[in-house]
Amino acid sequence: MTHTQLDAKPARFRSVEDCREDFPVLQQDVNGQPLVFLDSAASSQVPQSVIDTVASYQRHDHANVHRGVHTLSHRATDAYEGARDKLQGFINAASRSEVVLTSGTTEAVNLVAQSFCRPRLAVGDKILITHLEHHSNIVPWQIVCEQTGAELIVAPIDDFGQLDLVALLGLLDEDVRMVALAHVSNALGTVNPVKEVIAHCRELDVPVLLDGAQGVPHMSIDVQDLGCDFYAFSGHKMFGPTGVGVLYGREALLEAMPPYQGGGDMILEVSFTKTTYNELPYKFEAGTPNISGVIGLGAAVDYLQAIGMQNVAAHEAKLLTYMMNELGKIDGIRLIGTAEHKASVQSFMLDDIHPHDLGTILDHQGIAVRTGHHCAMPVMQHFGIPGTTRASLGLYNNSDDIDRLIAGLAKAKQIFS
Amino acid sequence: MSVARIQSSDELRDLYRELILDHSRNPRHFGKLADATHTAEGINPLCGDKLRLYLQLDTSGVIQDASFEGSGCAISVASASLLTDIVIGKSRDSALDYFAAITSHLTAVTADNPAPIDLEQIRALDGVREFPARIKCATLAWHALHSAIQQQARPVTTE
Repeated sequence: MTHTQLDAKPARFRSVEDCREDFPVLQQDVNGQPLVFLDSAASSQVPQSVIDTVASYQRHDHANVHRGVHTLSHRATDAYEGARDKLQGFINAASRSEVVLTSGTTEAVNLVAQSFCRPRLAVGDKILITHLEHHSNIVPWQIVCEQTGAELIVAPIDDFGQLDLVALLGLLDEDVRMVALAHVSNALGTVNPVKEVIAHCRELDVPVLLDGAQGVPHMSIDVQDLGCDFYAFSGHKMFGPTGVGVLYGREALLEAMPPYQGGGDMILEVSFTKTTYNELPYKFEAGTPNISGVIGLGAAVDYLQAIGMQNVAAHEAKLLTYMMNELGKIDGIRLIGTAEHKASVQSFMLDDIHPHDLGTILDHQGIAVRTGHHCAMPVMQHFGIPGTTRASLGLYNNSDDIDRLIAGLAKAKQIFS
Repeated sequence: MSVARIQSSDELRDLYRELILDHSRNPRHFGKLADATHTAEGINPLCGDKLRLYLQLDTSGVIQDASFEGSGCAISVASASLLTDIVIGKSRDSALDYFAAITSHLTAVTADNPAPIDLEQIRALDGVREFPARIKCATLAWHALHSAIQQQARPVTTE
């Protein structure tokens, strides 16, 4: 057993109601008041067990992975590959070969655009996305369309922030080579009807990529049950470190794809005349990876599984309902994103107060929210606004946080009255 | 209520002074200037502030008229509005002196006032000095002013 495994305490078994104590960063005052953190959709906080695991790895076990015969390299490799196994279980991938470790969702989407799509695209082909997407699920497709002459087409949304499924299906024809959509919208919290989309795409044999960055922190994910071809997500949205993420891909598709980047670790044999690529998933993991980040992400998976994603989802659903109800009572509030199926996020406008001003006033009361376009400018354009104030939940939030937000907004109204 | 909270409240009041709120709600010289000789756009991607400043300079380099359009937070709109009030009637060199003095004053790089400018007219923006994340909002229009004046001839655009 490695020091990393020995030293890092297993996630204490807490219920989701009292897990807040596991997050040291939340135990502080900001601007003279206890911190209320409502910005987990941008980046979530990290529990003590993740901090300890990463520190223990750095303190005792660090060496490069897959390379050395010495003891530390073995320990590092075991911990790194152990994290991959945990991630495989977390999303129920059929094989560990299907779990490609990346720097995050963004790299995962770019990998699919460049390695899977680019060789298959020509003029007349289409990539279908939705109006709800984060920039990281728009721009990689724009780039590959520019490179190949393919066309990017966009399924519309309605005024509740819901995907227009009928319109999407109308756009789905034999020229579509990829459908890429968010599992959960980062700006509005809309949960897309991904299983229905996937079922229709399956009939036409169109591959589907789900941007799961906002899915994994809030609900249990089973990629086999979803039936998607690719699922991309980030460590730092699911209580793990930054700079690490996952591309899940169906093995047959990954096998057929050329490497995304060249370098060490992704080869079996190199000579100047020919290079033989490594097997999956290493073919896509060129260079020394973010070892400590991956190990920390493994600890985050342990933590979430100890609490139970079903419990997380139920807790957040209750809290989101409470937040929407309380916000809705405020005179002058405009909720942006009121889809029937939502997770964890509420965007809003208050009177004619610019979101940036609201963000400053809330911050001054120790309340952290995101303001602006949330890397989803087309969503803002749809609603005819420059941006919103967004309160997003993590498993550690509670109704006191919501009450503080509501009081903070009352203060803002008073200042701008 | 604790002293800290009173302090906190005062800082917010200092940022959102009556004059700032007034200028943000009723911006002066708002709209496009049809016969502008100089223009520049200022964008603050963090919060989506997007302003376009228009100047009309006569042949001797005096700013005869100024206006702006766009959208932004209360601080950026109020700052742009104050700017138009200040620069009309000033020479281009004097306007550049204002740019230097105000950006320096708000960013507090130096306590020295680099130009012989009376900062009284922009005292309303002083509250921003306690909010580092908002200084860019307050200086946005002034950077656009600097950029516009540096343009040589019309029509000019930063796009």
